[in-house]
Order: sequence, then C-alpha cells, then structure tokens
Amino acid sequence: MTLAEMQFVLPDLRIAGAEIFMLAMTCLVLVVDLFVKDKNRTITYVLTQLTLVGTAAITLATSTGQISYTFSNMFVSDLMADLLKFLVYLSVMVVLFYSRAYVLDRAQMAKGEFYVLSLFATLGMMVMISASHFLTVYIGIELLSLSLYSMVAMNRDSIPSTEAAMKYFVLGALASGLLLYGMSMVYGATGTLEIAALASRLFGGEGNGIILAFGLVFLIAGIAFKLGVVPFHMWIPDVYHGAPTAVTLFIATAPKLAAFAVVIRVLVNGLIVASRDWQMMLIILSVLSMGVGNFAAVAQTNIKRMLAYSAISHMGFMLLGMATGVIGGDVRFIFNAYSSSMFYVVTYVLTSLGAFGTILLLSRAGFESDEISDFAGLNKRNSWYAAIMMMMMFSMAGIPFFVGFFAKFSVLQAVVAAGHLWLALAAIFFSLVGAYYYLRVVKVMYFDPPVSSLPIKATMDVKLLMSLNGLAVALIGIFPNGLMMLCATSLTSTISF
Amino acid sequence: MSGLPLLSLAVWVPIFSGLFVLLTGSDRNSPLARMLALVGAIAGLLITLPLYTGFDTTTHTMQFVELAPWIRRFNINYHLGVDGISMLFVILNSFITIIVVLAGWKVIESKVAQYNAGFLIMSGLLNGIFSALDGMLFYVFFEASLIPLYLIIGVWGGPRRVYAAFKFFLFTLMGSLLFLISLIYLYLYSGGSFSIQDWHQLPLPMGPQKWIFLAFLAAFAVKVPMWPVHTWLPDAHVEAPTGGSIVLAAIALKLGAYGFLRFSLPIAPDASHEFSGLIVGLSLVAVVYIGFVALVQEDMKKLVAYSSIAHMGFVTLGFFIFSPLGMEGALVQMVSHGFVAGAMFYCIGVMYDRVHSRLIADYGGVVNTMPKFAAFFMLFAMANAGLPATSGFVGEFMVILASVKFNFWVAFAAASTMILGAAYTLWMYKRVVFGAVGNHHVAELTDITAREFLVLILLAVGALGMGLYPQPVTDVMHSSVNELLRHITVSKIQ
Repeated sequence: MTLAEMQFVLPDLRIAGAEIFMLAMTCLVLVVDLFVKDKNRTITYVLTQLTLVGTAAITLATSTGQISYTFSNMFVSDLMADLLKFLVYLSVMVVLFYSRAYVLDRAQMAKGEFYVLSLFATLGMMVMISASHFLTVYIGIELLSLSLYSMVAMNRDSIPSTEAAMKYFVLGALASGLLLYGMSMVYGATGTLEIAALASRLFGGEGNGIILAFGLVFLIAGIAFKLGVVPFHMWIPDVYHGAPTAVTLFIATAPKLAAFAVVIRVLVNGLIVASRDWQMMLIILSVLSMGVGNFAAVAQTNIKRMLAYSAISHMGFMLLGMATGVIGGDVRFIFNAYSSSMFYVVTYVLTSLGAFGTILLLSRAGFESDEISDFAGLNKRNSWYAAIMMMMMFSMAGIPFFVGFFAKFSVLQAVVAAGHLWLALAAIFFSLVGAYYYLRVVKVMYFDPPVSSLPIKATMDVKLLMSLNGLAVALIGIFPNGLMMLCATSLTSTISF
Repeated sequence: MSGLPLLSLAVWVPIFSGLFVLLTGSDRNSPLARMLALVGAIAGLLITLPLYTGFDTTTHTMQFVELAPWIRRFNINYHLGVDGISMLFVILNSFITIIVVLAGWKVIESKVAQYNAGFLIMSGLLNGIFSALDGMLFYVFFEASLIPLYLIIGVWGGPRRVYAAFKFFLFTLMGSLLFLISLIYLYLYSGGSFSIQDWHQLPLPMGPQKWIFLAFLAAFAVKVPMWPVHTWLPDAHVEAPTGGSIVLAAIALKLGAYGFLRFSLPIAPDASHEFSGLIVGLSLVAVVYIGFVALVQEDMKKLVAYSSIAHMGFVTLGFFIFSPLGMEGALVQMVSHGFVAGAMFYCIGVMYDRVHSRLIADYGGVVNTMPKFAAFFMLFAMANAGLPATSGFVGEFMVILASVKFNFWVAFAAASTMILGAAYTLWMYKRVVFGAVGNHHVAELTDITAREFLVLILLAVGALGMGLYPQPVTDVMHSSVNELLRHITVSKIQ
C-alpha cells in the first residue's frame, strides 16, 4: 500500500448527522441531569423530548432519498433508514409521554437515568437501522440491549423486575454471542463483513457453502432472539411482565422497527443469494411463533404477559412476509412481500403503543393495573379509554376497519402469491385463536361490572395523545394506502441488486 | 336519477349519526340519545327510498354505481352499486333499524347512547355489505359488522350473554377468514382485481372453483346459518336483547344467503352445480330436522330461532334448484322473513319486558289481558306458519312449486314445512295466548302502548302487504334474477 492510499479521509459526517447530534445531546442530558434536583427533573424530561425533536428534524433535513455510505461503508443512509428512524423517534416520544405520570409516581424510576437510557437505546436503534456492516449491526444491537437491560432493572427493589432483567441479560448475552459467532462464520466463508460487498461476493459465486449455511443459522438465531420469535422467545413474557410498564412499553414498540431493519439489512441486502435457506428457517420460526404465541396467550391472566405472547405471534406473522419474498429464485415479488411485512411492523408498533399506553393510564402509584381483571367495567368508568383499548384489541385481532386487518391482509396476500396456501391457512387458524383472547379483553371491559370506581386521572397531553393514537389506528385502517405506499417506496429505494 | 351518491349516504349517514349519538350521549341524557337515534334511523330510511323509486327494473346492470379508488396499492376500489337483489335489502335494513330503535326505547336503560349508536353503525355497515361491488370492500363491511353485534349481545344480553357473544363472533370469524383467503386467491388469479363483476366473468378451472366454493360456503353457511353450523344462532338469539334478535333475524341472516347470490353462484357456477346436491340436502335437513327441533322448544326465542333456521333452509333450497321461480321465491322468502321473524322477536320482546321470562310454560291466557297484542301476535304467527295471504306463504309456495319441477321427493320433504311450521308456531301461540290466565304475572299484564302499537302496525303492513301483493318486490328482482340464472348456466371451465 502506498502512502497516497493511506491518506486519512474525513468521513462524510452529514450522513450520520442525526446520530452524532443524538450522541452529543445524550451526553449533554447526562451531564445536565447531574446538576438537577429531584423536584426539577422535568428539565431532563423536556430536554430529552427536545433531543428527539431535534434529531427528527435533522433526519428530515438530511434525507436525500439516495443510498449514501459513510465511515468506510459501515454506515448507510437511505429512504428506509430515514422512515424507520423517524418512526422510532415518534414512538419513543410517545412512550415518554405516556410513561411520564407512571415514572413520576415511582421514586426509583423518577431519576434522569430513565431518560438518558431511553436516548442511548434510541441511538442504538438508529445505528441498527443504518448499519451496512456486520460490526455496526452488532454495535447497534448491543447499545440498545445494554440500555434495555438496565431499564428493565430500574425498579431496583422489585423482585420480578430484577429477575426479568437478569434473565434478559443472560439470554441476551447468549444471543449476542450467537450473532457474533454467525458473523464470524460468514466472514470465514466470504472474507468480508461489509453487507454490500458480501452480497456481491455471493452473487459472484464465492464463499464456502457449508460454513455460510452454519453462519446463517447462527445469524438467524441471534436475530430471532432480538425479534422474540419461537424458539428464541423465552425472555419475552418474563421481561414484558417483570419490567416496569413504562419500560415494557418501550421494549414492545420501537425496537421492533429496528429489528425489522436488521432483518432487511442482513438477510435481504446481504444474504439474498441464500434466501432459499433462510426463507425455510423463517417459515419454521414463524409458524412456531404464531402457534406458541397465540395458544400461550389464551392462558394468561396478566395483560402484560398476554400482550407479550401476542407480540411473539405478531412477529411470527410479520416474518411470514419476509419468508415469502423470493419465489423459486424469482425476486420480482420481494417488494410486495417485504413492504407488507414493514407495514405490519409499523402498524403493530402503533397498536402496541395504544395498548400498553392504556395500561399505563390505568396504573397509579402502588397499583400496576396489569391484570386483565383490572380492566373490568372500564366502559362504565371511562367509555373513551375503553373504546381506545377496544380498537387496539380489534386491530390486533385483525378485524376491519382497524389497521391490523390490512396489515394481516397484505402479508397474507404475499403468502398466497408465493403459493404457500397452507401457510396462509395456518396463519388464519392461529388468528382465530388469537381473536379469542383479544375478545376476552373487550369482554372484561364491556361486559363485566367495574371492580374499582376510582376516577382515571390523566393529564391533558396524554389524553390528547391517547385519542390521537386511537384515531390513528382507526383512520389508517380506513385509509391505509398512504402508509402502504410509503413502506413500498422506501424499500424500493433501499433494496437494489 | 338524482346526482346524490345515494348508496354512500345510505352507508355513512347511519354510521355518522351513530357516532354523533355516541359523542353527544351520556348516561344523564338518555332521552336525547333516543331521539337522535330515531332521527338518524328515519333519515337513513328516507335516503334509501329513492333507490326504489328511481330504480330501473328493465335492466340487470348495477345501478346507483359509485366508483373511486380506495387502496391503490392493491387495486381496491370504493365501488358501490345495487341491482334488483341487493336494493331490497338496503331498504329492508334501513326500515328494520327504525323498528330496532323503537324496540329498545323503554327497555334499555343503561348506556342508551352506546346501544343506539351500535345499531346505527351496524345498519350502515350492513348497507355497505349489500351495496359493495368490490370484494375487499364487501369483506371489510362483512367482518366489521361483527363488532357492534358482539357488543350488543354481550353488554345488553341475557344471563349467558358472554358465551353467546363469543360463540357468535368466533363462529362467524372462522368462516370469514377462509372467505378472505379465497378473495386473495381470486385477486391474484384475476391478475390483480378485486372487482366482483370482474370475478363473475373470470374463467376458472374446476379444481379452484371447488375450493373457492367450499371456502365461500364456510363463510356463508355459518351466516345463513345452515345445518350443521347453525348452533351459534339459538344461543345468540336467546341471549341478545330484543333489538339484537330483530337485526340478527331480519338482516344478519340474509347476509349469508346474499353471499351465495353475489359470490358462490356467479363466481363458481360449475362448482355450484357440482355441489348443489349437498346444499339441497343440507337445506332439507334444516327444513325438516330443525322443524322438529323447533317443535320441542320450551323457550319462545329459541323456538323462533330454530324456525328461522328452517326458513333459511328454504332460501338456500330455492337458490340451488336453479330455476327463476325458486330463486325469486327464495328472495321473497328472505324479505318476508325479515318482517315476520323480526315481528316474532318483537312480540316475544313485548311479553318479556313485562314478565321477564321467555319460557312458554310461564305464560297462558295472554289474550285475556292483552287482546290487542294477541291479535297482532296471531297475524305474525300465521305468517310464520306460512298461511296464504301473508308474506310467509308467497316465498314458500314459490320454492315448493319450483322444487316439484326439480324433484318430487325434494318438494315433498320441503312441503313438510307447511305442517311443521304450523305445528310449532301455532302450538306455541296456543299455549302462550289462549286458555285460562296462567298465573298472576299474566293476570297483571297491561296491553300494548302506543309505541308498541306503532312498531307492530309497521311490521304488520309489511307482512300483509307482501302477502297480498308481492308484485312490487318481485318486479324489481326479475331482470337481476334472470341474468344471474343465465350467467350460471354458462360453464366457466375452459
């Protein structure tokens, strides 16, 4: 290598402008929080929200719609990244809004760390979404996971929380190990960790098939753990149940978007040549998830646990779309299939926000409101919140006119288009099982007499946001075309062969 | 023809008035909620009347068509239109909505706004089902209509309401999910169209036709309901509040039958012929066996629920003997059943409101204390039994006549309904109404109020009017039925 080639090239920082801003602001919030007294923690909260707004503004301002790499091709910015990041900010902002009162009611959580860790987790998700190199993927995932581990344990004196954090950490570390191991095997087989280069080498027929296949298995296991699909789902119910509801809300929403991006980056952008192998694996994961998730959810009495199993089944349903893009080596249908999956994830996050948001709304100091029976007679106590929760439940069950129906429909049509009729039939069978437990929540809210007559307190902004959330689920359900097109467009500009 | 988008109005006026009732209603101002709901329901009916007066009976093509893109990503359109078959049900449904609002006037005291809003929204959704010409639009209305009825049964229903509501929802959902898969299949097979009219012209090999027919059957047989997937209906009827039973019997059951006409027959005509024996067999089981089941019921609502299943058996029988007379008879039977079954459930509701029992054994001698009511109840019982000059007779007679041409023994079995229907209905009527005053509850009964009188007279005009002069109804459906029958004689296998 000559001296000229070793010149130091300053990477184009604008492409990662949002991440850099986020990091700087997070450090600032961390420092500012040191000097803030407990009664003035609102400053931290406001700063956190402003950081998210600022990052969103930068993402919008720097969005070009072009695929641009920086940091020696380790970091990519494209339309899908911009869209998903924007949705992540939105979702995190809503999470922080919803959890504001909950956090204030609990002394141990009412510290600045909750916000700082949320920001770090958000940064981790942004890195995951923009990763174009296996190491970047790994760094993003670790940054997100480490923040989440500590957030789960935030309610320090609660035994379930600590236990959940411990389980999450041990299993999460194992999964990260699997992921790294898979990456190293892929590196061994192809000699590169860069996703675009990997794809072109595989197209060129390079790479040791057997090692690659093994690497793929480990990669999928790692990703499946992060998505929370069967048989790598064991942490989900315990963590959702044990974590403080505010943190559950966080885990249940934005990280799904980031995990979806990783699936696209690693499997589609990098390993599309091996699609025949990973599609089969995804089909198995997906059917198992829908089965275990839906049947286990039926038996739950705790609504957080029920929604945890429901999350497993939803991620399984989403994977159906990912598993049916390439039909017999034909890649013409991938946009149809993958954009359906993307639409599914986005709408699931929207619905999940509303569902966990309602749980947060009903909980007070010393009362978690996380049993299904705590929702009894909600219609008599406050019919608007009951209506919102009902919309979330019907949406998750896939009943029109709510957005969940169109999510299920678009994935199903991709599955049928791929010729997997039996998969579609399995999916609807499990949806039918799923409908039962969602209906049960509606039943408890509407048919049962209330057990508590305490008024439900909520600040004006949360009320407004909850209402918007509910209306969004109904309105996007009536006019889903815009969001569907947005998902399709962003994917077409990201995936190229 | 006026320039107004009548069908859109028929769908959205009830829905928005329902939402309006929901927003303005609270537990304190129930009277306001009732009045608003009634205004909404009447407005809904008035909007649909021009559909009849402006209808061109000479053509089978869709009328009052509205077409706008809805979800471009999947080429789904907001496509509405009615022909001579569906138009009748839009009007019937809007009419029944008024009855339902009136039926719940005094009885429903908790969450009045939600109750009325549920029915109004339901009414709009049902109009949507009958006027949708886009497969996905149809499906969306079809499935969304489960939600209001689920809530109505579950919130305002009887003691086993939770069981009934779940059974109703899950049974129907099971069928409609299979329906969804076949819609997706048709969408892909037709090269990306959700238009029902495109599907009608789409050539299909026998294999897919059979599967599509069976998937459709799963959805519609549950809705009709046909034996042996009928078991949700008696439960739902018994537990539902009176208004819920009326809508269920008068309109919701027609959805399945309508689905056969709009989907099964024209999209899979060869499979329809192939499976016609099966359907005719199941229909006869419904007519004969369910007729006997009705005979032994001790609960009045259950009895009428079983008689509904038997009457709907006539409808499916009429469709699958492929003759104009049979099909028109079946359609007349559907409209007539809307009035008669609705009225029967209303009559039972009138008594239930006073005595709080649906058991036949708890009554006896009602005529002594409620003479006016007994007269109306007599009329509807006769119509339910299919007495000539009532609407119940016309449809049944047409179907029996058509089935004689088809097969004598089929006609023979079908005609047994004349005896069975009379037996179970009139025997119930005798035990409830005639005889000496049975107990002190009956002795304390008061006769119908002006509001109840109004409801009964409206329904009686419908039931008698159709019986004496069915021509306005049959004229409207004539061209559409002929076209449908012509269409299904042409094989789609190429």
